[in-house]
Amino acid sequence: MAQNRTFKFTNPQRVEKILSQYPDKRSATLPLLHLAQEQEGYLTSAAIEAVAELVEIHPGEMMDTVSFYTMFYTKPMGKNHVQVCQTLSCSLNGADSLVDHISEKYKIAHGDVSQDGKISLVKVECLGSCDTAPVIRINDSNYESMTVEKFDKIVESI
Amino acid sequence: MASFEPILTRHIHREDSHTLSGYKNVGGYKALEKMFKTMAPDEVIEEVNASNLRGRGGAGFPTGVKWGFIPKDSHKPTYLICNADESEPGTFKDRLLLNKTPHMMLEGMIISSYAIDCHLAFIYIRGEFYQEHKILEKAVEEAYATNLLGNDILGSGFDLEVVIHRGAGAYICGEEMGLIESLEGKRGWPRIKPPFPAIEGYLRCPTIVSNVETLACLPHILNRGADWFKSIGSEKGSGPKLYCISGRVNNPGVYEEPLGILLTDLIFKRGGGLIDGRELKAVFPGGSSSAILRADEIDGLRMDFDSLSAAKTMLGSAGIIVMDETVDMVSVCLNIARFYAHESCGQCTPCREGTTWLVKILNRIYQGNGSLNDIDMIFEITDNIGGLIDFSKGSFGKTICPFGEAVAWPIRSFVEKFKDEFIAYVAKGVEVS
Repeated sequence: MAQNRTFKFTNPQRVEKILSQYPDKRSATLPLLHLAQEQEGYLTSAAIEAVAELVEIHPGEMMDTVSFYTMFYTKPMGKNHVQVCQTLSCSLNGADSLVDHISEKYKIAHGDVSQDGKISLVKVECLGSCDTAPVIRINDSNYESMTVEKFDKIVESI
Repeated sequence: MASFEPILTRHIHREDSHTLSGYKNVGGYKALEKMFKTMAPDEVIEEVNASNLRGRGGAGFPTGVKWGFIPKDSHKPTYLICNADESEPGTFKDRLLLNKTPHMMLEGMIISSYAIDCHLAFIYIRGEFYQEHKILEKAVEEAYATNLLGNDILGSGFDLEVVIHRGAGAYICGEEMGLIESLEGKRGWPRIKPPFPAIEGYLRCPTIVSNVETLACLPHILNRGADWFKSIGSEKGSGPKLYCISGRVNNPGVYEEPLGILLTDLIFKRGGGLIDGRELKAVFPGGSSSAILRADEIDGLRMDFDSLSAAKTMLGSAGIIVMDETVDMVSVCLNIARFYAHESCGQCTPCREGTTWLVKILNRIYQGNGSLNDIDMIFEITDNIGGLIDFSKGSFGKTICPFGEAVAWPIRSFVEKFKDEFIAYVAKGVEVS
């Protein structure tokens, strides 16, 4: 499986820069994990081990950290990773119908990737954009005041 | 409403408000120059103390007093962390400042660092704030390029490095000790206080954690003086405040007003009243961790730390979430409980188990399978997580961090204040079966 691959940072200067910014190595954990995930789309065991080695902790301890944060993925997500905010202000303004629409259209539930690998769906908590509720996030961008029609148009265009 | 001129958001409508030149054009970094020329670090602390500035992140602790906790005889380095991990439901004010005027916060960070003799500061920014992170990176780059950061800033002899650190999606990392653990590369598990971070924070060194909005106030205090700052708002809380309004209102958004403005003015004037002219039913005054208020409790209620705590709720993050007459309080309570169950860090048993039980019980009631015992059980569980709601006695401390209270207070307030709706769900379930 892919999990057996080796991992190497493609941008060693960036790694050095990150490590040099902190008074201790372990503090570079989160930025290095972000960098590894940017490179591969998710965190493979090999990448987690590589980061553990760089910051000089046991890979098990690194896994302990990784598993705490919802933005770190240990399996591949869809090409378009859709995150629907379901917290109060979004919920009051129709977030549930967005989740239903996406689930039905792509035949995926929370945490799933569509069969063609194009879309994955997760329900997330407050994205901090409550004045433009409901809000969804696709990959790194927020889309505000969403409707089912707007969602379909956006997905077509990206 | 008396006329009030916005201070933090005054120039954000300008297209270049986020750039260094845009900020300098409207008087940016003048406070820094003034400070380096005329003030010793102790004088900065005195000025901020005199201004009565209280932290804008939620706890409302006086900023100058916090600075004063740093041991004078410590041989360890001191760190400053800007808490930009805004994640309280209903709160989006720091995001606005990061997007529109990142240099104001940076100037505040330099001022704060000078006051506490810090030479390495961090900005812990929420992982989901991707665009804000890019804007901030650019701002820090501009500051380094013009000697506002780095060595011998503006010829003052003062050195400061600033590092931007991205979080990775955990509400609890907005809690200062959780944030520090996270910055150290671990799970964001809060630590027991004391020792407070000012004594033992990041890498067990003295550390000050301040909210974005708090830091953004500092340049204005140095520019215009503590007396001017104190003249805004009331005795109970000074200065400008960013209020976030969302939910079922016509004009949701961030509004800058003095501390102590009437909650009704925010909802009906600034927020434009309720959608479709509906009746107000309930409102969270300070994010979802504050106890909810019924419509009949808000007349004359002022939005400052002390007035809201007297009303047995809190100003918190000033995230106002408005609910109209059509909103089902059992479903809202379930929504909020689910948020806390998801975000509990799992360290303390009462919180980890209790939040999950609350979701199960509320789901059961919502599905029509609840009993009256379930309602009593909600009280029992919230007491077990966060203690009784008695602000005068301050019954805190059943969990390591205030997350316990942040779950218990709102959930309990729903059941106390809208008990008839919970009973109706139970009765409906009995009828069906």
